[in-house]
Amino acid sequence: MTDAPQVPLDPRLIASGQDDRRQADRRLRAAGQFIAMIPHAAALSMTLTEVGEGEATITMPYDDRLVGDPETGVIHGGAVSALMDTCCGAAVMVHPAAGMGTATIDLRIDYMRPATPGQTITARATCYHVTRSVAFVRAVALDDDTARPVASATGAFTVERPAASRPATGTAT
Amino acid sequence: MTPRRPPEPVQVVKQRRDTTLQRLVAGVPYIRFLGIRFERHGDELTAVLPYADMLIGNPAIPALHGGVTAAFLEVAAIVELSWVMIWEDMEAGGTTPAATETAAAPLRRLPKTIDFNIDYLRSGLPRDAYARARVNRSGRRYASVHVEAWQDNRARLFAQATGHFLMPLRED
Repeated sequence: MTDAPQVPLDPRLIASGQDDRRQADRRLRAAGQFIAMIPHAAALSMTLTEVGEGEATITMPYDDRLVGDPETGVIHGGAVSALMDTCCGAAVMVHPAAGMGTATIDLRIDYMRPATPGQTITARATCYHVTRSVAFVRAVALDDDTARPVASATGAFTVERPAASRPATGTAT
Repeated sequence: MTPRRPPEPVQVVKQRRDTTLQRLVAGVPYIRFLGIRFERHGDELTAVLPYADMLIGNPAIPALHGGVTAAFLEVAAIVELSWVMIWEDMEAGGTTPAATETAAAPLRRLPKTIDFNIDYLRSGLPRDAYARARVNRSGRRYASVHVEAWQDNRARLFAQATGHFLMPLRED
């Protein structure tokens, strides 16, 4: 298991603590605006709450329209999938070695337990490895009981960047 | 051997099946939210996702949201599995009260998704999408379902998925 990004940090990102915070704020704002512009993310009221290098956290509030089982009021697995996919994609987009665009190649979701009705679902995704063309991501979905995840996901995503900016060494596999 | 029943009038058969399908689908808010409907030919179901702007995930291309594709495939898989599950009960009784009740009552327990694995083969275009699911194995406790989705050409899939499901406990 490697949680740290596999790519050497851009020296410009290694600065004083204040610069780090400013950089992080800028990144959160830019990524947040990008997520807000996705029509389906907006339809599900998704909000990007945290970003790091190759990491993203997105929340999705409970909504009666997303219920999959009317008997219990539990949110449909499909809505959780949409949250996971968005969060994984966001983690790729904020990775220093990937560009601001990505597409899902594959995504596997394990549903561990039903989300508790009425509670916001929070997804956290980590882009744990990036090659020239592929970003590998894993994510977890939580409700208020953070000790017991609702679902987990692993996926592969495309890495899109201009050919000229491809590094000669480091990220290629 | 039970004595052979005379064939039922076609409108009775159609109404029973359509009502059952309607109950299965209409009771789920999320299916309505995405705008998914089902077309039935005999026992074969095709899920239809009519295009809507709010289904877009990448406004630049534009392309359907990967999460929408995942949800559409999962809905198609669950409805197909439930449909296969209730088909025999629905058909067994003809117009007897038991069969009518099966057709009229909302399906109380749906299969629960254990895991779902989606392959994205090409980007979803901003137009209607279709999906058909096949139950590869359905036991008392677990089921495995494969589902394929396409847009303009049936042979050019834009996504496919395999899911495992926990079957609801049956009273009998």
